[in-house]
Amino acid sequence: MWEQIRSNQIRSAVLVAAIAVLLLLLGYFLGLYFFSSGIGGLVIAFVVWAIMSLIAYYQGDSILLSLSRARKIGPDDYPRLYNVVEEMKIASGLEKMPDVYIIDDPALNAFATGRDPSRASVAITSGLLQKLNRDELQGVIGHEISHVKNRDVLLMAICSVMLGTIVILAWYASRFLIFGGMAGSRRSSSRDSGGAGAAQVVILAVGLILMILAPILAQLIYYAISRKREYLADASSALYTRYPEGLASALEKLGASTQQLKSANQATAPMYIINPLHKEGIKASDLTSTHPPISERVRILRTMAGGASFSDYEKAYRQVHSAGRGILSTAAVSGAGAVSVRPASPAEPGGVESVSEKVTRTREVSDVMLRLNKYRTVDCTCGAKWKIPPGFPDDSILCTRCGRRLKI
Amino acid sequence: MIAVWIIVAIVVIFLAFLAGNYNGLVGLRNQVKNAWAQIDVQLKRRHDLIPNLVETVRGYMTHERGTLEAVTKARNVAQQLSSAGAGERGKAEGELSVALGRLLAVAESYPDLKANQNFLALQEELTSTENKISFSRQFYNDSVLKFNNKTQMFPSNIIAGMFSFKAGEFFEVTVPEQREAPKVSFT
Repeated sequence: MWEQIRSNQIRSAVLVAAIAVLLLLLGYFLGLYFFSSGIGGLVIAFVVWAIMSLIAYYQGDSILLSLSRARKIGPDDYPRLYNVVEEMKIASGLEKMPDVYIIDDPALNAFATGRDPSRASVAITSGLLQKLNRDELQGVIGHEISHVKNRDVLLMAICSVMLGTIVILAWYASRFLIFGGMAGSRRSSSRDSGGAGAAQVVILAVGLILMILAPILAQLIYYAISRKREYLADASSALYTRYPEGLASALEKLGASTQQLKSANQATAPMYIINPLHKEGIKASDLTSTHPPISERVRILRTMAGGASFSDYEKAYRQVHSAGRGILSTAAVSGAGAVSVRPASPAEPGGVESVSEKVTRTREVSDVMLRLNKYRTVDCTCGAKWKIPPGFPDDSILCTRCGRRLKI
Repeated sequence: MIAVWIIVAIVVIFLAFLAGNYNGLVGLRNQVKNAWAQIDVQLKRRHDLIPNLVETVRGYMTHERGTLEAVTKARNVAQQLSSAGAGERGKAEGELSVALGRLLAVAESYPDLKANQNFLALQEELTSTENKISFSRQFYNDSVLKFNNKTQMFPSNIIAGMFSFKAGEFFEVTVPEQREAPKVSFT
């Protein structure tokens, strides 16, 4: 587990460093262009970034929770939810019980937040809580808890702050360029040497390109990090619950819903278990998505036949993608021993019923009603059950299902 | 002069290696201890819940005296063994799990009982406690495996030998009956 986190940290660190380099380059060239000093631009970029980071670090989770209108619950409000969170806390070896929040929204989603594992929160919409049985809820909570355990929340917060800084800088710079362009050109023409002029042109060009490309590039890197962490969280959830089917069937239910979460936006999207901004009919497999497509995540989880370890997930991922490269790090995959899957929990009273149960119950009720109205029933050997109304003239009927003649 | 520096460098590297491995071993040993405490908490919780459950159920299940007595007996045995080693304790707790599973399965055929709010709350608590026991056992065994690997694998086994780190004991709940499905009769 630790090897997993460490090697993922190295990979993620490279991507985070790439965003940081983009931010610094943007700051430097904008500084060169506007103040003729790269250092000045760097300082401005750094100050904007530092302020945003401090806010995100100390207030990020409470801002996110209040933006999504989540309310905190105790063990007595929703015993099943609270218990499942505690179960997953134990399975993951988290030191402290995370706070549990409910979002009163019929949309189906869940997210985790908190800058370190000892100050974590897990939130779930009331719609999702209603739809899931215990095994599925365990899978979803396991996924969220592993975001906390793998420190994805902090990582994504760092990335989204840098991404935000880049977007803000590029936006203001482009406004300055459009409305203050005259001043800039006059200042450059007041300088006389031709060499400086050529350098100015180069700087202008690089600055312009960066201004346009940096936000896009940063966003793509951000999405890449986010998708990688989603796979890792799915694999961890399967390992914690020892039951990949739970998360798979929960993801199916999540994918089938078309309702958008009202209180989510582009910046908070990677925190959720599925992309809350997904629209019907748009394939999410392209580069500009925070989450891997749900159908693919389900397929990977279902392909993990008989095992729940990281190496089983890795094998399933390769099978689904039919590609040589896996998604998890080699150290993690080779380190752990075999892990077997547990059987499903027994059906619980008052839980989610399957459709067939509902159908049989409805049939039983209608049978009682018919019997009260003096209907008679004839069972055919093919399994069909015929209801004969009172005052039926003939003494036999034809079973339209199998063609036999039945005596009444 | 160079030779001295090389020796100093080797000593520093050795000390760093020693410290790193030693701290790693201590960290894992503490994790194992912590995980064991976690199992302990959940097992105690189960022992506390059972008298409550038996009291609630007794009025409804007049024909299941044997099942109820089996649960109470298994619980008392398990509680007496709560300071025993992992192996012995695992056996007692396993038997309690089987008896409890049978009781909850039998309860399915009592509609009045299933309508009782008190029973439903208890059932949720017990189901969750069972899950917590198996999850904490899972985490404990994973931790023991990691700790044992580190004490036996080269090079950390040298440090483990020097400071006498002993391999941990797995917590297995193994009862022969557990492999069979619980027998339920709907009469």
